Amino acid sequence: MSFTLDSSLASVNKVEQTAEDYAERAGFDEDTVPNIAMAVREAAVNAVLHGNAYDPEKHITASFETTAEALIIRIGDQGSGLDPDTIPDPLAPENILRGSGRGIFLIRAFMDEVNFRQLHPGTELTLIKHRTPAQPGT
Amino acid sequence: MSMKVKTRQVDGVTILDLSGRITLGEGSITLRDAVRDVLAKGSNKILLNLGDISYIDSSGIGELVSAFTTVKNSGGELKLLNLTKKVHDLLQITKLYTVFDVKDDEATAVSAFTK
Repeated sequence: MSFTLDSSLASVNKVEQTAEDYAERAGFDEDTVPNIAMAVREAAVNAVLHGNAYDPEKHITASFETTAEALIIRIGDQGSGLDPDTIPDPLAPENILRGSGRGIFLIRAFMDEVNFRQLHPGTELTLIKHRTPAQPGT
Repeated sequence: MSMKVKTRQVDGVTILDLSGRITLGEGSITLRDAVRDVLAKGSNKILLNLGDISYIDSSGIGELVSAFTTVKNSGGELKLLNLTKKVHDLLQITKLYTVFDVKDDEATAVSAFTK
């Protein structure tokens, strides 16, 4: 499934809810499902807020795919691009009391793989959570 | 569900009972405004009761940190009460658990404020 959505908080909520539904259907446990949903929410917030800056002329894309091995979610924006190497470490003492800057950190904490791709313009994040053989969902 | 705030006073401490979600947008702004209102009324001993917070995202975490520094910079104290497991885990992951003074009993929390 894939969506093209407005740069709005309503889009963030829709993407988050869809991620939760996919994670449940993929058989992830009750602790992991909300973590996946939160990671995807953070990616969508980044796309809407930092990527597209709520620009009504720009859209975000979201795609969801469940394979035998993993849940794969891609979130794209049409912003000026994000270089992951320039993101400050929110755990560093000089950053710990900052009021923002924890989104990418949480995405990486909750997903198994996070990949950045430059779209020129924009950025696409691919979020991957591996399934275990015991998971019965499809 | 958006965030709701109820304010009460116990022994000179302003307790904000928060419920719902603290997320980007309404929840974060509601928390920011509530803390500013308390400070504007001359109280700077604030206890945030998070027992009924069902969800918090990175913006909400950032708002908690901003509230903490705002109150501290005004010469006051801000403590957290009744963290859910989810919020507790998020504060652990982000290494903020030791930044905040976290309590799980209201009477203990109130008495922990500087008299």
